[in-house]
Amino acid sequence: MEEATTPRVEISFDQCKGCELCVIECPKKCLFMSKKINQFGYLVAEYSGKDCTGCGICFYACPEPGTITVYKKIKNKV
Amino acid sequence: MSTTEETKTKSDTISKPAGFVEDFVRKPGKFPKVTHYCPGCGHGRVHKLIAEAMADLEIGDKTILISPVGCTVFAYYYFDCGNLQAAHGRAPAVATGVGRSNPGSITISYQGDGDLGAIGTAEIIHAANRGEDMTVIFVNNGIYGMTGGQMAPTTLEGQVTSTSPYGRDIRDAGHPMRMAEIIATLEAPVFVERVAVSDSKNIMKARKAIRKALQSQKDGHGFSFVEILSACPIGWKMKPTDAVKRVNDEMAKYFPIQNFKDKIAEHQPYPPRVTTPDNKKIIEVLGVNKDVRLFKKDQKFLDNFKDQNIKIAGFGGQGVLLAGTTIGYLGMETGLNVTWLPSYGPEMRGGTANCNVVLSNKEIGSPMVEHPSALIAMNGPSLEEFGPTVKKDGLIIINSSVVKEEYTKRNDVKKIYIPMNEIAESLGVMAAANMAAVTAFIAATKAFELNHLLELIKHNFKKKHLIEQNIAVINKSYQYVNDTYFK
Amino acid sequence: MKREFIKGNEAISKAALLAGCSFYFGYPITPSSEIVHACAQLFPLVGAGFLQAESEVASINMCYGAAAAGRRVMTASSSPGISLKQEGVSYMASAELPVVIIDIMRAGPGLGNIWPEQSDYNQVVKGGGHGSYKCPVLAPNCPQEMCDHTILAFELADKYRTPVYVLADAYIGQVMEPVEFPSEVLPVAKKEWAIYGDKESKHNLVTSIQMNTIEMEKVNVVLQKKYKEIEEKEVRFSEYMTDDAEMIIVAYGISSRLARSVVNDLRSKGIKIGLFRPITLFPFPKKQILKHADHAKLFVALELSNGQMVDDVRLAVNGKRPVEYYGRMGGAVPTHDELIEQISGFYKKYIG
Repeated sequence: MEEATTPRVEISFDQCKGCELCVIECPKKCLFMSKKINQFGYLVAEYSGKDCTGCGICFYACPEPGTITVYKKIKNKV
Repeated sequence: MSTTEETKTKSDTISKPAGFVEDFVRKPGKFPKVTHYCPGCGHGRVHKLIAEAMADLEIGDKTILISPVGCTVFAYYYFDCGNLQAAHGRAPAVATGVGRSNPGSITISYQGDGDLGAIGTAEIIHAANRGEDMTVIFVNNGIYGMTGGQMAPTTLEGQVTSTSPYGRDIRDAGHPMRMAEIIATLEAPVFVERVAVSDSKNIMKARKAIRKALQSQKDGHGFSFVEILSACPIGWKMKPTDAVKRVNDEMAKYFPIQNFKDKIAEHQPYPPRVTTPDNKKIIEVLGVNKDVRLFKKDQKFLDNFKDQNIKIAGFGGQGVLLAGTTIGYLGMETGLNVTWLPSYGPEMRGGTANCNVVLSNKEIGSPMVEHPSALIAMNGPSLEEFGPTVKKDGLIIINSSVVKEEYTKRNDVKKIYIPMNEIAESLGVMAAANMAAVTAFIAATKAFELNHLLELIKHNFKKKHLIEQNIAVINKSYQYVNDTYFK
Repeated sequence: MKREFIKGNEAISKAALLAGCSFYFGYPITPSSEIVHACAQLFPLVGAGFLQAESEVASINMCYGAAAAGRRVMTASSSPGISLKQEGVSYMASAELPVVIIDIMRAGPGLGNIWPEQSDYNQVVKGGGHGSYKCPVLAPNCPQEMCDHTILAFELADKYRTPVYVLADAYIGQVMEPVEFPSEVLPVAKKEWAIYGDKESKHNLVTSIQMNTIEMEKVNVVLQKKYKEIEEKEVRFSEYMTDDAEMIIVAYGISSRLARSVVNDLRSKGIKIGLFRPITLFPFPKKQILKHADHAKLFVALELSNGQMVDDVRLAVNGKRPVEYYGRMGGAVPTHDELIEQISGFYKKYIG
């Protein structure tokens, strides 16, 4: 049996350098700069938790290799 | 294991491409997951596109990436492929060496604007012109990021940098260089495009261009070039979000984002290079397996041999050097020690030529002949120059076809006049005057047997159709000297 | 074995193939051009790679790339060209890449001329580029050694993972003499550090940068250890009539040939003189020269320069005996008569 999940984005708190490039590129404006400071002292980007379409634009906007992971519209096996 | 993790397959997620190593263990410090690049750096975006293409095109195992000098000097921290770090500007030369050594590999020369457009201009132009099997990723951010924000060859007019503190003055510093356009004028490159990693639309175009360039190399089309306009927020002293905007608003105005050349479709793939020598061929081509000794060793001849220090001189084109090597070969084949030292360089291309030949049954010290025991003067100036240097009781052989007057400056030497040109001409080989000279030397000194010379000519002479005529010249010359001086 | 009457320069190109060299990258310059000519002719015939580079700088960096790919690779030039290559040599020394570099020395400084000098001694023997490195330097004095030393240079380069020079002069490059070539091609082993463009070797890295000072110091320490080992194991030299010599000429390359004639001549006049010829200039045969300071009262360095090797002779003799220098510059080669006069003059001054 398969079940559809909603797309989402994961931003690694420890790997974000706070450049804000993902935030300005996101077409759905669902990313924002949080007030949280990570180990490097950067204010990190966060996902609002809704509206992500899994388009992947933020992934390519982010200069860091593994900071952003985008989960596309997928079907999970349960 | 959670359900989500179990189903995280490549197609379900967009995540760190497999072209990157898992942890950046080569990077010093405690953070092996993040790059050394500044926040918002364009290199990171470009790296991601390359790493993704490497994985998708399944070329990671055979890719060799050259890290340049500049911020990407540490590119080898990140990419899961063969990595090589090069001197400033030399990446295309290094890529040429490593690429040709590994035919079929994928070579990426990753370069910045100082590296490619300034200090390494010669290397990139020539690698492109040769159509080397490489893909050049040229990141143009108009500034020297790593070494302190100095002016680059691509810095825009008026742009302030640490070495253009009043703004780039094009009268002083020249115009920003459009490298993609320059490269596109060359014949060999199959694909030249300028892209930008400034916004999502442009990033996707860049992604496509990088993949196309690498695919074309994979398919055997040689050289491809992708120039990427990129932000350097720290170097530009701008927020990353403003910096990427500047790429579009300012840089792209001067550096148009477009394809300049794409002839991949009509290009015939190059056949793979052969650069691994065949050992059997080497032995065959060098002829080192044959041990041909022309004459049997004659110990008595060797023991009794008296050292000869010979100077042969004339004008270029008289075959002076060949006369010398002929005597040299005779020496070698009869088992003597021999040296032959020519005049060389511009002298040879007009004016006089001369050579020194030393023959001895002992080890030879200096190869230079300062006081010849024998001088062969093929023309007047040679006689004037070297006549006075001949040893007392030595020998001077004079080409009387050219030197018409008697040589009276030396009366303490033996002089032999022989009309070398006339003899050669009379037998239909004008170029054989030098053989007359060699023969005269043998006839006058008896250093070698005439037979040795004849054998050598038959064996060594390259122009086989002229052998008979040369032999005739030798015989006639020998007879001439004998009849004139030794009867 | 085949004996061939051949120019020193051409012997190098043939020897390179016999040593397993599979790439030549170079730029033409007199008086080394016969090397590039012969390579251009021979390498393609046997399936080896040949490329006339756009510059000396490019050629040494192409060598860098080919060496990183595990190839035996050679480049050749002449003094002004060697100055240009120094950047690449420094990088290769640091990245521990083997390469054979041939320098057929001509006169300098600047464009100088095409006649022989030995004034690259300092730039070749003492490192030459930036950083604390040295390269083994072989100094042939005849075409046979141009062959033998080229082959040896490839072996040393691989053994120690270092650039190796063959340092000759215009006359040794231009002179023709009989040469016996080996009749087999040396095998080239796969190098576990090299980048072959395959899965097995893809995690290899060739670099010369270490931003961490302690790490970069470690790189340097490894290099210095290597040079020490080379000094212990690879000293080469030859001697002529040195056993009872009161006076010893120290000379290499063409100068050693001139010196041999001088020794023969002066010996025939009853002067106890000998010739010490360093064959490796780095490592310099320091101990072997010092040994002669017991009986020799005077050393004379004969070289076609302002006196560069003489410094090393003085360091070797270490103040025990006087060390004089005689040489010419600008491509001028001293005549035999001139040398007899000069050397006899030194003899009279110090020995009597």
